[in-house]
Amino acid sequence: MTLLFHIAAIVLVVVVIGVYLSWRAGRLDRLHARVDAARTALDLALVRRSSSAYELASSGLLDPATSLLLADAVSGTKNGDRPRDLAESDLTKALRASFSQPEFRPSLKAEAGAQELVAEVEAAAHQVFLARKFYNDVAARTNDARRRPLVRLLRLAGNAPQPAFFEMDDALAEE
Amino acid sequence: MRIGIACPYSWDVPGGVQSHIRDLAEALLELGHEVSVIAPADEDRPVPGYVVPAGKAMPVPYNGSVARLAFGPLSLNRVRRWLKDGSFDVLHVHEPAVPSLSLLACWVAAGPIVATMHTAMPRSRVMLAASAALRTAIEKIDGRIAVSEAARTTLVEHLGGDAVLIPNGVATRRFRDGDPLPGWPGEGGAIGFLGRMDEPRKGLSVLLEAFEILAPQRPGLRLLIAGPGDADDARERVSQSYRDRVHRLGEVTEEEKNRVLHSVDVFCSPNTGGESFGIVTAEAMSAGAAIVASDLEAFRMVLRGGTAGDLFANGDAADLARVTLALLDDPARRAELSVAALDAVREYDWSVVARDVVSVYETVVLGRTEVEVAQ
Repeated sequence: MTLLFHIAAIVLVVVVIGVYLSWRAGRLDRLHARVDAARTALDLALVRRSSSAYELASSGLLDPATSLLLADAVSGTKNGDRPRDLAESDLTKALRASFSQPEFRPSLKAEAGAQELVAEVEAAAHQVFLARKFYNDVAARTNDARRRPLVRLLRLAGNAPQPAFFEMDDALAEE
Repeated sequence: MRIGIACPYSWDVPGGVQSHIRDLAEALLELGHEVSVIAPADEDRPVPGYVVPAGKAMPVPYNGSVARLAFGPLSLNRVRRWLKDGSFDVLHVHEPAVPSLSLLACWVAAGPIVATMHTAMPRSRVMLAASAALRTAIEKIDGRIAVSEAARTTLVEHLGGDAVLIPNGVATRRFRDGDPLPGWPGEGGAIGFLGRMDEPRKGLSVLLEAFEILAPQRPGLRLLIAGPGDADDARERVSQSYRDRVHRLGEVTEEEKNRVLHSVDVFCSPNTGGESFGIVTAEAMSAGAAIVASDLEAFRMVLRGGTAGDLFANGDAADLARVTLALLDDPARRAELSVAALDAVREYDWSVVARDVVSVYETVVLGRTEVEVAQ
């Protein structure tokens, strides 16, 4: 009777541990999946931002110097000459410099469609800001979870790569 | 002629394009032309009388680095007003592919336009990014000038067409007189070098090797080296016992550069290659220095085949030591070289270069009216 009880107890403990570990692994897996999703969202937001900036640059509504400046910054985000974070930060700086020029907005008032293009760039830039915040947030929580002793000991993270933070200058308005 | 010059970079910041424009404008004024330069500049900073400030420049990323440029509607209006008020016979824009005043001027102007390309742009990046506005502006240019073969090649490859090659001038007058640094050149003689210390093609290592040979023969001889780059590394290439005879100045201002040129008995240009014109050598010639240079084609040309400066076998430290020693022992030869160098460098002076630029102006204005505002 006691022997049976002991066996039952051991089986129960093993089952509980097993369930717990698979729950932990599953949680980690879900975190990694969310990192991937957040990264895709960030990529899409960045692409939307450079496309809208390019559309504004090639609209013929801006002065040629501002057009060229923006077009050059956009091409920098696409040609892979520089690391992505630096190129995207450059685009932010180019947009910030262009939009903060004196007379920039008043000069566009009379132009049909200009304000819509600028508004689209601003909306896209705000989305980049949000998407990056969310991505870095889930990346931080995932890294936290990966650092737990049990996760490290049993390699619960498997082959999933450690998510890297995406750092860039994304403040469109001047601080 | 009434000449309007557009400068894309901030006048307040030192740079190659800015000093080119300054020297050109002053040479043109001296030739009796009317010159107005529009440039980004702080309103409260003093600028020469011929400069029209177009407002503060913004630091922006462009072409992989940060440049201080002026753009936007306000700059456009200022350029427009400047063109209207100036009623120029010719508009001369510099670096029109940079998003700043030159491009704006090109875009709003109608009439004879000359453009000078300074840098070789990497790949077709600019052209790839080219908006319709850039193409429209560039197509209006009647005469193109490139300051170097590399700039010309870029232009030909990316834009098609051709350009006249007119290299930078040398502001020979700026270097004519100068006070030696205190204690220089000294009793034992001094050799000078200017240029990047860590750029192998500038040839500093050849000079240091030659100094190793010379130092035991001339106990008082000193070496004065100035230029950006890691100087410690350079000095370590000289034996411990001679090291305190190598004086390093790091990066120097224009004025200090001039003083360095007047502080030495022999100026050395040991470049091993890549020197298309040798601006530093030409400046040393303007200071009347006795020059020892490697026998690169460019130096051979500037130094009139060796009559305006002694040549040594490129890369050969022993030969450099031999030639330098002979020159150190022969003050009469040094004086002779100095006079010859001053004479030879005259053909590279801005006054001569400015005349070449004026003939470009005269060609593009043929049968045309003055510059007007089109857009």
